[in-house]
Amino acid sequence: MNYIEIALLGLLIISGIAASVSRNLMVSLIIFMAYSVIMSVIWAFLRAPDLAITEAAVGAGISSVLMFITLKKLRDINRGFSAKQEEGSAYEEETETP
Amino acid sequence: MKKKQKLRDFLREWDEGNFDFSYKTAEKQLKKRPDEPDSAGRNEAASPVISAAQSEERLFRRLVPVFTGIFLFAVIGFLLYVVTKMPAFGSAETPANTSEVIRRYLQSGLTETGAVNAVAGIILDYRAFDTLGESHVLFTATIAVLILMLLGKEEDEPADELRILHQDLILRNTAKISVPFLFVFGIYIILNGHLGPGGGFSGGAVIGGALILYSTAFSAQNLKKILNLRSYRIIVIAALSFYSIAKCYSFFCGANGLETIFTPGTPGRIFSAGLILPLNAAVGLVVACTMYGFYSVFTRGRI
Repeated sequence: MNYIEIALLGLLIISGIAASVSRNLMVSLIIFMAYSVIMSVIWAFLRAPDLAITEAAVGAGISSVLMFITLKKLRDINRGFSAKQEEGSAYEEETETP
Repeated sequence: MKKKQKLRDFLREWDEGNFDFSYKTAEKQLKKRPDEPDSAGRNEAASPVISAAQSEERLFRRLVPVFTGIFLFAVIGFLLYVVTKMPAFGSAETPANTSEVIRRYLQSGLTETGAVNAVAGIILDYRAFDTLGESHVLFTATIAVLILMLLGKEEDEPADELRILHQDLILRNTAKISVPFLFVFGIYIILNGHLGPGGGFSGGAVIGGALILYSTAFSAQNLKKILNLRSYRIIVIAALSFYSIAKCYSFFCGANGLETIFTPGTPGRIFSAGLILPLNAAVGLVVACTMYGFYSVFTRGRI
C-alpha cells in the first residue's frame, strides 16, 4: 500500500463524513460526487477497472444528476407553497377538495 | 390537509438546511407551548399528565444522540474487527484464489467462452441467466417509474428553468466538444467488453450520460426525433427479446449437446467469444435508453 492509496482512503473517509454532516443538501450532493470519483480511482488501484468505469459513470454522473433534479423539484415545490401562502387562501381552496 | 402542510413545512426546513435534529429546538418548542392555551381554553402546563409526557419526551430527545453514538461505534468496531480477520489483499488464502469454481473459470474460461476478459466470460456466458434476470429487473423498475410519472397530465412545453440552460455558452461549447468523444468511448466499452474492461452496463451508462449532457446543453426537442416513447419501447423490448431468445437457443443446444452457430472463435479478435458481443450490445442499449428515460421523465415528466 503506497502513500497515494492511503491519501485516497483518508479523503474517502473525510468526504463520507462531510457528506453526511453538512447542513446544505447541495453541498452534501457535491461532496457525494467527489466521494464517487475518489471511489472509482480506488477501484482502479484495486485492479477492478470494470467497476471503476461503472462507478465513474453511474455514481458520479447519472445518480448525481438525478439527485440534483430531485433537489430542484423539492425547491420548486417549496417555493410554490410559500408563494401561495403569501397570497392567502389560494392554497386552501386547491387542496380542500378530496 | 394539516398533515400535508406539516410535511411541506418539514421539507422546506430540511431543504434550507436549518432543520435541527438536536434536542435544543424541541426544548424551546416545549417551553413555548405551555404559555399558549389550547382550543378548550385551559392551560396545558396546569395538567400534570401532559407535563410528565413533556419531560419524558425531553429525556427521549436527549438520549437519542447518545444511543446513536453507542450503536454507531459498536458497528464500526465490529466491522474493523472483521477486517483484521480477513486475508490480506492479493494473498494466496483469499476465497478468490482457493475456490474451485474460480480456478475452473480462470483455467478453462478462455477456451470455453473465447472471452479474454474473464469477467465478461463469467457474467455473459457461465452466469448469463443472472444477467438476463438483472436486465429484466431494470426493465420492470423502469416500467414502474414510467407508470408513476406518466400518470399526470401532459404538458406541451418543456418545464421551466432548464430551458435557460440551453442558452448557456460554457455548457454548450463544452458539450459540443465532449459529447462525440463520450459516445465513441461508450460504444468502444460496449464492443470491447469481451476483450478488455467494460461491458454492456458501464458502456450503456456512459452513453446514457452523453445523452443527458446533450439534452441539457441543446434542446431535448432535437433528441426527441430519434428517441421518444415509441422508439424507446421498440429498442428496449427488441433488445430484451433478442437476449431471451438467444440465451434460450444457447441453453437448449448446450443442454442437449448440439452444435451451436455461436462458437468461441479465436480469442482476442473482435468477432469472437460467441454470444458475448451481441449480448453486450443488447444490454448496453437497454441501459442507455433507461438512463436517459429516467432523466427525461424526472425533468419533463415524459420521454
